[in-house]
Formats: sequence, structure tokens, C-alpha cells
Amino acid sequence: MMQAHEGYVTDDGRQIGGTVMELKNITLRFGGVVAIKDISFDIRQGEIRAIIGPNGAGKSSMLNVISGFYHPQEGEVWFKGYRRGPMKPYQVARLGIARTFQNIALFDGMSVLDNIMTGRLNKMKAGFLSQAMWWSTAEREENENREAVEKIIDFLEIQNIRKTPVGRLPYGLKKRVELARALAAEPQLLLLDEPMAGMNVEEKEDMSRFILDVNDEFGTTICLIEHDMGVVMDLSDRVVVMDYGRKIGDGTPDQVRNNQDVIDAYLGVAHD
Amino acid sequence: MIYREAGDFKTSYRDDSQTFPIRLDRWGYYAILAVAFGIIPFVINDYWANAVLVPFLIYAIAALGLNILTGYAGQVSLGTGGFMAVGAYAVYKLMTAFPDISILIHILLAGGVTAVVGVLFGLPSLRIKGFYLAVATLAAQFFLIWLFNKVPWFYNYSASGQITAPERTVLGHAVTGPATSAPAKYLVCLVMAFLLAWLARNLTRGMLGRKWMAIRDMDIAAEIIGVDPLRAKLSAFAVSSFFIGIAGALLFAVYLGAAEAGEAFGINKSFLVLFMIIIGGLGSIFGSFAGAAFMVLMPVLLKNLLVGTLGWPTDLAAHIELMIVGGLIVAFLIVEPHGLARLWRLTKEKLRLWPFPH
Repeated sequence: MMQAHEGYVTDDGRQIGGTVMELKNITLRFGGVVAIKDISFDIRQGEIRAIIGPNGAGKSSMLNVISGFYHPQEGEVWFKGYRRGPMKPYQVARLGIARTFQNIALFDGMSVLDNIMTGRLNKMKAGFLSQAMWWSTAEREENENREAVEKIIDFLEIQNIRKTPVGRLPYGLKKRVELARALAAEPQLLLLDEPMAGMNVEEKEDMSRFILDVNDEFGTTICLIEHDMGVVMDLSDRVVVMDYGRKIGDGTPDQVRNNQDVIDAYLGVAHD
Repeated sequence: MIYREAGDFKTSYRDDSQTFPIRLDRWGYYAILAVAFGIIPFVINDYWANAVLVPFLIYAIAALGLNILTGYAGQVSLGTGGFMAVGAYAVYKLMTAFPDISILIHILLAGGVTAVVGVLFGLPSLRIKGFYLAVATLAAQFFLIWLFNKVPWFYNYSASGQITAPERTVLGHAVTGPATSAPAKYLVCLVMAFLLAWLARNLTRGMLGRKWMAIRDMDIAAEIIGVDPLRAKLSAFAVSSFFIGIAGALLFAVYLGAAEAGEAFGINKSFLVLFMIIIGGLGSIFGSFAGAAFMVLMPVLLKNLLVGTLGWPTDLAAHIELMIVGGLIVAFLIVEPHGLARLWRLTKEKLRLWPFPH
């Protein structure tokens, strides 16, 4: 490991803090198939951490372990200094981990505004009766959270579609709405599963800008999976490289780029 | 020209999220309320109450209930008739056991009892979805009807096996029993329908409604962002059954006066209410009312047309009526699968630009 534990300063001068999430010796099996084999790495406060690797390397499985969707057979997941036991996905969400999906998982029947509002459900505490009668608490809470959501809508420049049903939106905008929903939760750790998959160059540039802005303005820690090497190397502070469920590289983009194992994995060398 | 949102500026989130954001809609809504509460009670007669308005209001409540479960939370149910029976038998037992307590409280309590039963039968929804859940609720339907027929305690050991509503009054006016006047029946049902529709609107516009819709649209994503599927689904079953139980209680106590479980609350009722929400529009409060109006009014209109105007024999008209209603449902599903609520929305969108569509 190259950095000291109390954090480091990036090339562009951002201060990265201590460890937010630490994965220790994670092994995940589906029956006889080993999807992840003995992987350890950490995610630091305020950094953009990328997980890359060829198809089938186990990147999405890794993200699913972090988001609590899969439970690894071996290994430990530590979040903010506490060891996380097996949890249901909605409990993980309450800890402050939000994510987006590779193949968009929005609520098609609801408007953009309602979709993003669902992201704030852990912030809203009004009881059943209060909601049923639309009493002061429910209404006040609704308007306060609406204000927070409107800030995110402004930030991601989707004001004109806020009342459009999500099902009617084009692909690129859906991706943006999904990011907005994840941001609405004000997550401590934001997981992005291929945020730029299937986008054209222009959309990719927009999305990259949003990811950097989110990290910059809100100080959100981000862990992302992405296939576009150019994008990954430009965006991320540190990169984990996976191949066949194993970790073959970990470090800054420059270190990873010059790592022989990584070059082999991407250019193709006979595995023995 | 008249129906437009231009110039109707909102300066707060509260105004922006109100139920009727467009001024003309709001006036229309107040006008309908004024007619329903201020004029109809004074002019209503027995025919209009019994053939049209009272069944419309009661079925609208049931449709609201089923729409919360199926339209908003996405859990298909064929047990509506059974849950209505729970409401009816609960109100009957309460009325006869505690004659001094107001019937209105009994009706609400009957809704509460049905909510508990609904949660019980909603438990399988945590494991099974779609058609399989529909079959599970179908089992609830048959089991509940069987229970009410087999256990004499439920019908107070009456010789006929029927339940008959004794006379109960509100503010000195009979609302159940044979002496009930048309305005009294109508007003009880109207107040209930109005309050429950308001309740349904509040629940569906807030976070609980969003949780339900999230579960409906994509349950895995809902769970990832923090919706507890257990609580979301069971709360939908509870609220939905509360509405349906009240509808059942009103149908028995106020409208029918006497009922037998299998006859009044059979599987036909389940399908009737399901048709209402499909025709009216899934996931829409307005659609619940529109669907109930359609399914209640259509047979009455056809009967008046065929028997009254064309002079056909009554039995022939009754059969033709079934065929026409069935045909209309099929036609409707093909032409507008999203129901009357969607047609209404499209009309409003057209109206916004009328008469200058460009």
C-alpha cells in the first residue's frame, strides 16, 4: 500500500481522508463458481475509487457485496469503523450507502420528481397518521425535502423534465435521474455501476463532469465501475483492477497503467 | 382558452404539489362537492339512491381500496369480495353486540378488523408475486366465505343463515334498517366516500405512496434505496383492506340491509371491483370513481334503453346487458388499457391548447 493510513493529497490538491470502507479478504461463491477470490481493498473519505477489469472479472459482484446485495462467504466488510454483519439491502441504505445500476433501475410509472423524492425516504419521519391527514409534520417535511431535491435537480440540470414520467425519458437522461435519486439520499458512499455504459461521447463528458462536481461540491466518496479506460483514468484517484475474481492491481491510475499484470489481463496473455 | 395553466404561477412547493394545481380543476372540484353535499340530498328519491348513487359511492370506496393495493402497490388481489364480507360480518357482530355505540364507529371498527385480516392474508405477498399471489388471495376469498357460512356464531345462529341489519340511527335519523330514508343512506355513504378519498389522496401523494409505487415498479431497486418491502407491502394490504372492509360494511348495513355471505360477497364481487379499477385506471384516485361509475351506471342505462325504450322482455335484456357490458370491457381494454383516468388526462392535455393547437 502506497499511502499512509490518515489519508493523502491527490495530484490536483484535494485532501483525501481516512478509510470509509474496508473490505478484508472477501470471497464470494455461487455454488461452485468463485466470483470473487480473497480480495481486500479500502475506500477513503472523499476519493473517487474505480473498480475495473475485463468482462466477467467480478466487478459488479464486488459492488453488490459493498451494497449488501450479496453476502460473501468469507471476509469482512468494515464501514466507518464498524464491522458490518449480514444485512438486508434496505438496512445498508440506512447506513448511508446509495447506488445506481448498470441497467437503469428507476420507477417507470412515477415522475422524475417522485423518483428523486424516493431517494430521501430515510430522511422523512412523519408517521402514518400524520401522512394520512396531511398534518403539519407530513406537509412540512414534504416541502423541506422537496427543497433539497430541487437543489439536486438544479445541480444535474434536469429542471425541465421534473414532472415527466420517467418511462418517457431517453436513456441518457434516465441515467442522470438515477444519479439524482442516489444523491438525494445524501450518501456517505456513492456506488456507480457503469454510469456511462451505452452513452455517446457528449453524454459521457456530461456524466464525467457531474461525477467530478458531486465529489467536489458535496465531498461525496464515490466508488465506480466503468469500462471506458480513458474515463476511468481521468476521473479516479485510485483504481482496483480485477481479473477472474482476483485483484491484480491497486493504485493510482499511473501505477495501474504500468502494472504488468494489468497489461497482460487487458491485452491478453495465456493464463497458466 | 379557459382551461389552461399559463399565468397560474406557483410560488411555493406547497402550491405546486396541491391536488388540483390548475384553477379550473379546483373550481370544478368545489362545484361537484357543492352539488353532492348541498343539492342532491334534498332532491334524491329512492330510485336514484338505490339504483345509482348509493351503490356508486360504496363501490367507489371498494375500488379505492383495491386500487391502493393493486394500482399503487402492484399486488394483485382477487379476495375483494371476501374482505368485503369481513367488513359486513364485523359490523353486524358489532352492531348486535354493542347496540348503544354509534353505527359510524362500528363501520370504522369493521374497517379496522378487515385491515387485520387483510394483513394476515397479505403475508404470502412477501414470498410470491403476480399470478401466484392472485391465486393465494383467491384462496382467501373462498376460505372467508366458507367460514362465514359454516360458523353460526358469525350470523348469530339465525335460522336462515343470513345477517340482517337492525335499525341504528345517527342524530335521530335511521341509517340502517328498513325505515332508512334515501337522503340518509346517500349522506352516510357520501361522507364516508369523501373522507376516504381524501385519506387515499394524502397517503398516495406522500412518502408512503411513493414506497408503494416503488415496490410496484421495481421491487429490487426499491429495496436498495431503503424501502422495507415487508412494511410497504403489509401497509398496502392493511390500508386497502380498511377501505374494502368499510365498503363491505356499508354495502350490507346501509344498502342491502340483509345479506348472505356467498350471495352478496362471492367471487363475482371480487371481479366486479377489479374491472372497476382496470376500466377506471390503475393507480388513480379519479379512476376509482370513474370505474365505479362506469360499472354501476352502464347496466342501469342499458336496462333503461332496452326495456324502457325498445320494449324488450326483461330476461332477454338482462342477458344482452351482460354481453354488452362484457364486450365493452374487452373493447375498452384494447382501445385504452390505462383506463378512463388516462382518457380524462388526454382530454385535459388537449383542452390546454384548445382552440389553438399550434
